[in-house]
Amino acid sequence: MNAIALHFRSITELAPLLAARQITSEALTGACLAEIAGKSEPLCAFIAVTGDEALDRARALDRELVAGRCRGPLHGIPISLKDLIDVQGVPTTAASQVRQGHVASKDAPVTARLREAGAVFIGKTNLHEFAFGTTSEDSAYGAVRNPHDPARSPGGSSGGSAVSIVTGMSVASIGTDTGGSIRIPSAACGAVGLKPTWGEVPCDGVVPLSESLDHVGPLARSVADAWLLYLILRGDRSAARWPLPTRPDVQGLRLGIPRPYFLDIVDGQVRQRFAEALAWLRQAGAETVDVVIPHAGEIGAIYLHTSLPEASAYHASMIERHPELYTPNVRLRIEMGRYVLAEDYVRAQRGRDVLRAEVDTALAGCDALALPTLPMPAPLIGADSMAIAGKVEPVRNMMLRLTQLFNLTGHPAISLPMAQTSAGLPCGMQLVGRRHATEALLGVASACEAHLAG
Amino acid sequence: MTLDHWLEHACADADRRGLPDLKPLLSTLAQATRVLRAADWNDLVGAIRQQADEGRPGAATRPPHGAGR
Repeated sequence: MNAIALHFRSITELAPLLAARQITSEALTGACLAEIAGKSEPLCAFIAVTGDEALDRARALDRELVAGRCRGPLHGIPISLKDLIDVQGVPTTAASQVRQGHVASKDAPVTARLREAGAVFIGKTNLHEFAFGTTSEDSAYGAVRNPHDPARSPGGSSGGSAVSIVTGMSVASIGTDTGGSIRIPSAACGAVGLKPTWGEVPCDGVVPLSESLDHVGPLARSVADAWLLYLILRGDRSAARWPLPTRPDVQGLRLGIPRPYFLDIVDGQVRQRFAEALAWLRQAGAETVDVVIPHAGEIGAIYLHTSLPEASAYHASMIERHPELYTPNVRLRIEMGRYVLAEDYVRAQRGRDVLRAEVDTALAGCDALALPTLPMPAPLIGADSMAIAGKVEPVRNMMLRLTQLFNLTGHPAISLPMAQTSAGLPCGMQLVGRRHATEALLGVASACEAHLAG
Repeated sequence: MTLDHWLEHACADADRRGLPDLKPLLSTLAQATRVLRAADWNDLVGAIRQQADEGRPGAATRPPHGAGR
């Protein structure tokens, strides 16, 4: 069996091969490390590669299999972690000089759960500094580049994680999502990215950005892989249920399409890919209905007045002591948050309650909401603004426009690859489920997955 | 304090702190604050709570900050 092809396969495909000892974790891990050696530097995907530790761990896991112990479907699978997540004995840089000298004293709970499940940690991926941005270009370790076009951003802030999956440098990755930071790079790079319901996966041992908006979740090559990783991250030992009970087809599925605001400013090719995907889903038996989020026009304001002061509160003492250690754009955004008035923060929290109820209402008659993940393909690195549908818009606003709502409301959301643009750039469809029903959303996503690219 | 006064003071403070590049961002923040303040969130939240009392969908409350961390 060809080892080069293996490390581009899904966990679903690899797990039975590993368990049956038809392949070894050492060979799989070695293949990922070879990809990193060849591709990581120009794409700036990794901050740290723990190659020796990964190979030692892979060999130990192979020995466990020889001895008849299989920990489950993640046994021997090489995965990467966004460099916000603590791994014992390894620095957690948050892509910032501010964190120089930091070494994690213990695993984050999510790391410990993955370790127990048999994951091989191959390295820490690059990101937008402190996850405070959506392009992964403001990093002390250099701008991450999109493998589909290195002049473009891979999205962010979990940019290195998405790059590591689509280039074969890791089989899956764990990221964080405060305004879209798992879903945005997944859409921009052509991966699957899941933001679970808020509060389901612990954020301890993960450098925070905005605590009431932060989520930890998987980036993967398929919905089934994301589902498995979600169960493990959640601390669910039901990975024994593998393979998971996927929904057989989309027949009878009811998808709500929030058109006003969400489809008002969308690039022509993304709009076309989305319309095609909906048409394919309808052909397969799904039903689509229009829904409305009445206060969608206030999402950006509510998000800004929540995320900025929460981030500034975390960074206040560090930015007083060492402002020069932050990248200039991130420093300015942290400073910006220090000017938000308390009364406006409170208003924003009331606005969140309203938006949450409106999303609940929109979902009341549907299995999921469906909308594009990004309103445009990956932007050029260094661009502050871009033309979309005949209007010039700030890149940051556009990157967050369709994802940040579900951080404010806590609803689970997943990005799935649709067909690409004529220039070969990936596009993503976002599905949104009911709060505390992340597995139901994954079931919907597994049914839709095969119909989105024609 | 009106929003215009707030912006004026904030920009003066940014200058005093040697952060002139912050001023365009503060103007952006002021625009967002204007949007935020235009809605009557008290009335809207009250209506949601009333719906919750009546057992209608979409009325569950937000988890407390820090839960699940």
